[in-house]
Amino acid sequence: MKLAIQVNEGPYQHQASDSAYHFAKAALEKGHEVCRVFFYHDGVYNGSRLTTPPQDDRNVVARWVDLAEAYDLDLVLCVAAAQRRGLVDDGEAKRNAKDATNIAPRFRISGLGQLVEAAILADRLVVFGD
Amino acid sequence: MPTSKKFMYLNRRAPYGTIYAWESLEVVLIGAAFDQEVSLMFADDGVYQLVKGSDPSEAEMKNFLATYRTLGDYGVRHMFVHQASLEARGLTQADLIEVAWEDLDTEQEVDNIVEVVDTDQAACLIAESEVVFSF
Repeated sequence: MKLAIQVNEGPYQHQASDSAYHFAKAALEKGHEVCRVFFYHDGVYNGSRLTTPPQDDRNVVARWVDLAEAYDLDLVLCVAAAQRRGLVDDGEAKRNAKDATNIAPRFRISGLGQLVEAAILADRLVVFGD
Repeated sequence: MPTSKKFMYLNRRAPYGTIYAWESLEVVLIGAAFDQEVSLMFADDGVYQLVKGSDPSEAEMKNFLATYRTLGDYGVRHMFVHQASLEARGLTQADLIEVAWEDLDTEQEVDNIVEVVDTDQAACLIAESEVVFSF
């Protein structure tokens, strides 16, 4: 089955990103396809490479990056949500004259159309939120 | 791109206090470009999103009530409101805004696409949808 996943909450405060990760990983290991993971609302914080959890805790961001490496996942942060919350890649830094970037590898910033398109292309959209 | 799918946006949160309602609306507006068959469902505190006359200006929040009134122009065909959620909050349809819709090709008009539905109808409508965006 072809799946699209939407993550609506940031890491640590809510378990939504953990659940989405475990769901995506299990689906991929079973041979399903995940055509896109779209991070919306505070979910965009899952894409900050500056996240530094305590060493005895899971690293939510690094887990997404590793999963994307292993399965060539498309991890997309919503641009409007990212701009509001200060998630910046090279393109956004240039466009909005910011002096730094903080996006993790394997993530990209793009528009809400990517969420709608994924919902159309996938057999199922699975939303993880609060 | 495959042919059109039945989209349902399920709104369950109050318009202010959190950003979910506004960012849900942003998906509806952007999604209009994809020409899908779009319905919205308002349940739980989400019914407050359609209450007439709300004014958050003193709280310095953006007032987006007027945007709901334009949704007919954004390809939204139905706006369903869960009756039990309305009643639990002391509201009736008279407290809600009206949203008109017109098919520009056929000139078919609907005065108000806001429709109150009972729990069974709401469950059916959600089950019939091929994509449910939950906010």
